[in-house]
Amino acid sequence: MNKTWLIIKREYWTRVKKKSFLITTILLPVLVACLIALVTYLAAKSEQKQLIVIQDESGFFINKLDTTDESYKTIYILPNVKESKKDFLKRKDADILVHIFPFKNNQPDSVIIYKEGGVSLSAKSFISRELDNIYQIKQMQDAGINKIQIDSINKSEIAIKSYDLENNKETSSEIAMAMGYGMGFLMYIIIFIYGAGVMRGVMEEKTNRIAEVIISSVKPFQLMMGKIFGIGLVGLTQFIIWLSLMGFMFLISQIVSPEIREAMHSPIIQNPEMQEQALQQVNGEFAPIIQTILHQNWGLIIGAFLFYFLGGYFIYAAMFAAVGSLVNEDPQEAQQLTLPVSMPIIFGIIILQATIKDPNSPLAIFGSLFPLTSPIVMLGRIPYGVPTWQIITSMLLLIGGFILMTWISAKIYRTGILMYGKKPSWKEVIKWIRSS
Amino acid sequence: MLKLNHLVKTYATQKAVDDISFSVKKGCIFGLLGPNGAGKSSLLRMVTGITLPDRGEIIFNNEPFLLTKHSEQIGYMPEERGLYKKMKIGEQALYLAQLKGLSKSEAQAKINFWFNRLDMQSWVNKKVEDLSKGMSQKLQFVLTVVHDPKLLILDEPFSGLDPLNSEIIKKELFELAKNGSTIIFSTHRMEQVEEICEEIVLINKGKSILQGDVKSIKEQFKLNHFKLEINDELKGFDNHIISKKGNEYILHFNNHQDANAVLNYCIHQQIKIISFQEVLPSLNEIFINQVEGSAARQFTNN
Repeated sequence: MNKTWLIIKREYWTRVKKKSFLITTILLPVLVACLIALVTYLAAKSEQKQLIVIQDESGFFINKLDTTDESYKTIYILPNVKESKKDFLKRKDADILVHIFPFKNNQPDSVIIYKEGGVSLSAKSFISRELDNIYQIKQMQDAGINKIQIDSINKSEIAIKSYDLENNKETSSEIAMAMGYGMGFLMYIIIFIYGAGVMRGVMEEKTNRIAEVIISSVKPFQLMMGKIFGIGLVGLTQFIIWLSLMGFMFLISQIVSPEIREAMHSPIIQNPEMQEQALQQVNGEFAPIIQTILHQNWGLIIGAFLFYFLGGYFIYAAMFAAVGSLVNEDPQEAQQLTLPVSMPIIFGIIILQATIKDPNSPLAIFGSLFPLTSPIVMLGRIPYGVPTWQIITSMLLLIGGFILMTWISAKIYRTGILMYGKKPSWKEVIKWIRSS
Repeated sequence: MLKLNHLVKTYATQKAVDDISFSVKKGCIFGLLGPNGAGKSSLLRMVTGITLPDRGEIIFNNEPFLLTKHSEQIGYMPEERGLYKKMKIGEQALYLAQLKGLSKSEAQAKINFWFNRLDMQSWVNKKVEDLSKGMSQKLQFVLTVVHDPKLLILDEPFSGLDPLNSEIIKKELFELAKNGSTIIFSTHRMEQVEEICEEIVLINKGKSILQGDVKSIKEQFKLNHFKLEINDELKGFDNHIISKKGNEYILHFNNHQDANAVLNYCIHQQIKIISFQEVLPSLNEIFINQVEGSAARQFTNN
């Protein structure tokens, strides 16, 4: 055990001391934060309203477009004045030219939008929406519906809220979906990054032939487990640093933006009507989202994430170690041999896609119990709420799967790490597993 | 010290080691000879405990050999040298020494001792990838002996070393043996064996074909050849002459009388004898003689 500890320490420190570790661990989140800040800044900057010049030959739409829109303002040119494209280009402050052709048979004919460098999707949809609206109102009026009725039709929108049957809390399926997908995907990336790290480490030891020296001091199993644990600790360290950085940034954002702070501190109220009031008291559009996020059972989520992080990492790390021990110098060989290991991970991510749409489908339940996919799929299900028996079964299966996989991998590793030359066939590998 | 009883190791395609037995005395430098692919490395891997024999047993200091129990008393240098390329040499040495059961301070002391002795102090903060091949060879040797192993197993220790470093390592081996370490090394370079080893075992195709101490093996295979160098021509002994180069003759005698007769003749004819000595076969010749005919190993599964 003492020697395994030495191996763990070496695996850990050689990685953590590397420059690349520092870069990915500290610089990456900073980079992401900077990127978000930049995007926010650019979005804020472009809030200046764009000016749409409307040449309306039909005369029907004049002064009817929405003037309260945040992004666009409009000016109109009367049908009898011709605005050529050249005239438009001379205008310095104008961005978009909309040319509405005269009606044919009392019906709108066609509309052309010009913009330097092409028309953006949002500009197009704004114009299309507005024009459709205006024309629909006219049609309704023609059909004999009066103005008040039309207004009431336009305003009517049935509010839908979703509640969890068990605890009477409001749930947001969008947020649950985003969280489930986010966590499942994160798991997928973690397994690939750190699992491949284990594989590379094993390959390095084998091709450098240091494995033989070490195996004359410790058992192959100790070397393998030392590597797996060491790299797992590196992952955990990285993760904890990221979490603290995230917490730190969140704190800063609270100080900077009072809206978020208010939303955070507004009481969580179970009664739907009171909650409605509470939400209305909080000014700012973040409030509902933050409320929903706060409603999550964070103890369960963080606990489950840590468990599946460790379980998923260990089960795959063992497999990647076995694969690494089979590879000779050829990196292409590694790619071929990784296939059987990456397949279940990819299946996991496919099942995850289906799971976030329907978290209680048989496929989702199977995926969240089967040890090779459960670390990804179960994390996708948890934000929606999962029956306790399923979580416990899934965890037990994962632990069992991990023990089984490690046992098999250790047998492959033990032989593979000392085999040079020809790539062993799967038949041979199975023979190694069977031999005691 | 070490006893091997009927070891057998079979790999998928062939019997790598086929019923080999020998024993090595304490403080002995023992040579394991054989052509490439004879099974030397497979045998050494079993002795180090890296692999287990399919049959047979290894007795180490009168008890069955167990990796977990004895690994700290064994130093093993594999044929293909292996070190972490990107790890600092000092840290690497410390790590490997600790894996052999030394405490951190013990390990550091031993490393300092050996690095000083072999003039390697300046390497401590370098990485293995900065070393030349010969240098990393020397480093590997130091890392193998750093924990004072009772049994030293070296697979082709001199391959890739220049004569100067070869000489240094050789000197260290003698020193270690003098201090009671037992050394087994494999090689296919016979001249080194004659120089260094007291006892040898010659294996081919996984089988032991010859073993014993170097002197008696040479005695056993001697062809009763003598070299005579004189300053005149030798006449009348044509049936004894095997080859002639100037006035240097290689002669064959069946018994002492014949040899004495030649010398008598030279003395009576007033021929000056420059030298006369028995020619023992070199291990190289014995080796080729023994291995030839049986040729190198063929794969059993065609």
